[in-house]
Amino acid sequence: MSEACKQGEWVEIHYVVLKPEERSHDVPDDTKKVPLECWIKGWALSSGTTGGQIEIRTPANRIVKGTLTRVNPGYAHTFGPGVPELSSVGRELKAMLKEGN
Amino acid sequence: MSRDLSYNAVMARRGEIMKKALGIEYDEFIQSEIAFDYEGMMEKAGYSLDKVRQIQQQTGVGNTPLLELKNITRLVRKTSKKGYGASILVKDEAANPSGSFKDRRASVSVYHAKKLGYPGVLAATSGNYGAAVASQANMMNLGCIIVQEVFDSRHLGQPEIIEKSRKCEAYGAEVVQLTVGPELFYSALIMLEETGYFNASLYSPFGISGVETLGYELVEQVRARYGKDPAYIVVTHAGGGNVTGTARGALKAGAVNSNIIGASVDLSGLHMASDIDFNKKSFTTGHTGFGVPFATWPDRTDVPKNAARPLRYLDRYVTVTQGEVFYVTEALAHVEGLERGPAGNTSLAAAIPLARQLPEDEIVVVQETEYTGAGKHPQAQLDFARRNGVKVIRGEPKQNVPGKVIAIPENFSQLDITEMDLERMRRSYIRNAVTRNNVTEVTQEELGFLAEDAKASPAFVASVLEGLGVKV
Ligand SMILES: Cc1ncc(COP(=O)(O)O)c(C=O)c1O
Repeated sequence: MSEACKQGEWVEIHYVVLKPEERSHDVPDDTKKVPLECWIKGWALSSGTTGGQIEIRTPANRIVKGTLTRVNPGYAHTFGPGVPELSSVGRELKAMLKEGN
Repeated sequence: MSRDLSYNAVMARRGEIMKKALGIEYDEFIQSEIAFDYEGMMEKAGYSLDKVRQIQQQTGVGNTPLLELKNITRLVRKTSKKGYGASILVKDEAANPSGSFKDRRASVSVYHAKKLGYPGVLAATSGNYGAAVASQANMMNLGCIIVQEVFDSRHLGQPEIIEKSRKCEAYGAEVVQLTVGPELFYSALIMLEETGYFNASLYSPFGISGVETLGYELVEQVRARYGKDPAYIVVTHAGGGNVTGTARGALKAGAVNSNIIGASVDLSGLHMASDIDFNKKSFTTGHTGFGVPFATWPDRTDVPKNAARPLRYLDRYVTVTQGEVFYVTEALAHVEGLERGPAGNTSLAAAIPLARQLPEDEIVVVQETEYTGAGKHPQAQLDFARRNGVKVIRGEPKQNVPGKVIAIPENFSQLDITEMDLERMRRSYIRNAVTRNNVTEVTQEELGFLAEDAKASPAFVASVLEGLGVKV
């Protein structure tokens, strides 16, 4: 689903820095098969829609051009779900502290 | 007047770009292809310990608490021979402004950039250092760009690195997120050229002198409270700045008998620049993937001569498994009431078996903690590992296989270390020094430099050189 941004909105863009054939000779084979890609966030210099080209002004005041990927991008990383292999470690150690002295 | 931005053209300009972006005349210290005046560089290009303390006081860096881990020490004694089990203390570096010891490193670089009139600072790092530079830059009213290696080719990022991006953005820095590959350096060079920013390199004398206060403070704190020096100072080791700066500071405090023990998570077998291996690891720093190559060849960085030279200072180097560090992270939260991030817990995991080797009245210092949060938490990491095909089980540490199996220990007594062969690493360093510089003959002075740099005897260096067919 495409999203639209207005001029001045906080957005994320994407561009390819190096195509596979332009990559450094010393990268492993699996890495050499794929491009070096880049994502940067900044303020849109014009309106635009995701998938289209747009220019942004970055927090360091650079002007960078790329494909609009997200509008008002946020974060989705979390503390993670419960992990059964970890959930009893604390209880075990507390029990061990109580044993003996 | 447009610059040629092709990979080869930019890399060919690297010397010139770096000189402008660092302001250090390395030539002044370089004596030959192999030798350079390390102490001279640290003294003349860096800052004195007193000056660093003053700089750090201005930005609220350092003077972190030293906490005694009483319950973990009790658990150590319960699993040691009678009369054994040293007290374990931890330096709570998470108390620094951006949440890790990296503030010490950033504070001096950013101070220097400000003093020299640079408009901003740039750092190429996927680690806590980015947040540290961004935080210090704000205090000094400088612009900031952080260049990070974040994603694999599926646009999937390690949750810990995503968190590190978020934290830099929370400080308002420009964050450049790249996919895997060493060409991150090329991107950084382009931006240094474009912006005229200072290169807040992790490996300059500024950064390393910033860490010296950590070693100095901890020795002072241990002496004031216990009337003695620590037997062991255990340091989470990756690029080598943590070991180098801490050891130099401890030595400046006169703690000549404290052993400096580096600790890394064992990630052997995983290639650091591999698109496929990238998301198979549950640790983004403090692991052997950095620890070994940087110790055996420090001059692989963005500066002509690396100020982080861990072999000079390491008395021992040990590894622990990913599962052990997760277990110990739980222990720290549940029995000590300290919820802290991953990297510092690597040295804590090593400190537990190390403390068992010492009598009860000795002291082992874990020299750092770091902040934790979404993405950095063990649950986030283990969930990510599982989704990337890694098996998570309860089991003995030796069941861990980097990239395949994470075994959370079944009990406290299983925590252990694997001793790395430092002599082999010293040999490997000497080999790198001659092969990478293409030399077939070295002078007595160069041999002396190699001995110092590898912390080896001249006789040892001479025998390794002979084995390599290099004439002296
Ligand atoms: C919290 C923390 N501890 C330890 C390290 C390792 O330090 P160094 O790379 O200087 O060896 C890092 C750096 O990546 C870190 O962020």
